[in-house]
Amino acid sequence: MAIKKALLRLPMMAAISGLALLAACGPAPHATGTADPQEEVNRQRHNFNKGVDRHVLRPVSHTYGHVPGPIRTGVSNFAENLELPSDVVNGVLQGRPGNALQNTGRFLVNSTIGILGIFDPASHIGMPARKTDFGETLYTWGVGEGVYVENLFFGPSTERDTWGKIVDQIANPLHFLLDSPETGYTTVAKGGEVLDKRYTYSGAFDDILYDSADSYSQARLAYLQNRRYTLEQNAGVSGTSGGDDGFIDPYADASGDGAAAPAPADFIDPYEDANAQ
Amino acid sequence: MRNDLTFAPALSRRAVTAGLAAGACFVAMPSMSLAQGGADAARRAVEQAVADVNRIIASGQSQQQMYADFERVFATYADVATIARSTLGVAARQATAAQLQAYTQAYQGYVSRKYGRRFREFVGGQIEVTGVRPIKSYYEVVSTAYTRGNSPADVRWHVSTNSGSPKFFNIIIQGVNMLASERTEVQAILDQQGGSIDRLTQALRSA
Repeated sequence: MAIKKALLRLPMMAAISGLALLAACGPAPHATGTADPQEEVNRQRHNFNKGVDRHVLRPVSHTYGHVPGPIRTGVSNFAENLELPSDVVNGVLQGRPGNALQNTGRFLVNSTIGILGIFDPASHIGMPARKTDFGETLYTWGVGEGVYVENLFFGPSTERDTWGKIVDQIANPLHFLLDSPETGYTTVAKGGEVLDKRYTYSGAFDDILYDSADSYSQARLAYLQNRRYTLEQNAGVSGTSGGDDGFIDPYADASGDGAAAPAPADFIDPYEDANAQ
Repeated sequence: MRNDLTFAPALSRRAVTAGLAAGACFVAMPSMSLAQGGADAARRAVEQAVADVNRIIASGQSQQQMYADFERVFATYADVATIARSTLGVAARQATAAQLQAYTQAYQGYVSRKYGRRFREFVGGQIEVTGVRPIKSYYEVVSTAYTRGNSPADVRWHVSTNSGSPKFFNIIIQGVNMLASERTEVQAILDQQGGSIDRLTQALRSA
């Protein structure tokens, strides 16, 4: 049944593979600054997300933290293993066959020896995850990041990466292979993975969300910088820390460049005087 | 009285000798670092800072003692005055010298507590310096942080050797620029305090 379903999708797969030729176009140019024309709406969504975190995600993740670590890791491994087929397809579309092969190897090893992906022996034999997504695929095709978006529930993103997430959801190869009860397990495992992440990195999450004066700006900055860095590292675009804007020269602005020199106390501006009347 | 008279010349002779020796050191240091390359000095400074932080984390002392120790390390290896000034942005230009100094002092303690809280997460971890490269008139020291349960993180230190002794002024962790994030944070607090540097300083003291 599952195989028949997969076969039916073959033409679509072939069409997608044709798109991989686009990968020759090269990655999008280096993105700088912050384009956030929808800041007002984004801030409202941020407040909503913060409420969800404060009342649901954070407390539930603390409870989930009582589950022994190895079990939480097993659940997360299981969920991550099921994302591998999608990562493989994206690797092919990005024109990165090495990554696609490594993720294929991981999927085969962890699904069998690793008992349905609960354990991760692949990492121990030199096959660490090459995580990716369709947003990255779009990046390798030369699609720019677009404006900043904070999505409800999913949090910080960009236009490009939001579309990437939508495509990843719709086109996940797993949907074509799994039927009703199994997809339920994967959703539960995915939830466990999210809780485990929130619990494991609670220091960083709490710092940004609750211990900063402007959590929206902090989340936006951290997301954009880290996302750009990850994409450029994976693409092998120079080894710099995010290109030119990654470097801040605090000594340059100490000299007060660009600002008008402070006027001495006895300086009278006759033009200003005239307007002041 | 007699003692003073006999002692004074002896003391000043010693002082002069010591002064000359210290002066020789000051002259020798820049030329030495030029000869060896500032890159080595920048690298060593980062390695020493990391070693000091690791020692503090492993010491098992109280949180309060750790904050004090972190503050000392921060003051020793970071260019705190420049970082603090930079976080103020344009507001730094309107501030008096006294305001700047008070702010810098408050900021130093604030940073030590804020990041000191998080250093516990690095217990059992280590940072390995992997390389140095020049960046404009500064150096970027590249390192990898290994912490338990996480994949290795890329940590870059921007180091200035202009003041004679190398000091870092920025840390970039997996692309996330600490100075940029500190600027954003301080600007937000400054806004909350109605743009007053004095009230900002006060807020950081109690944060």
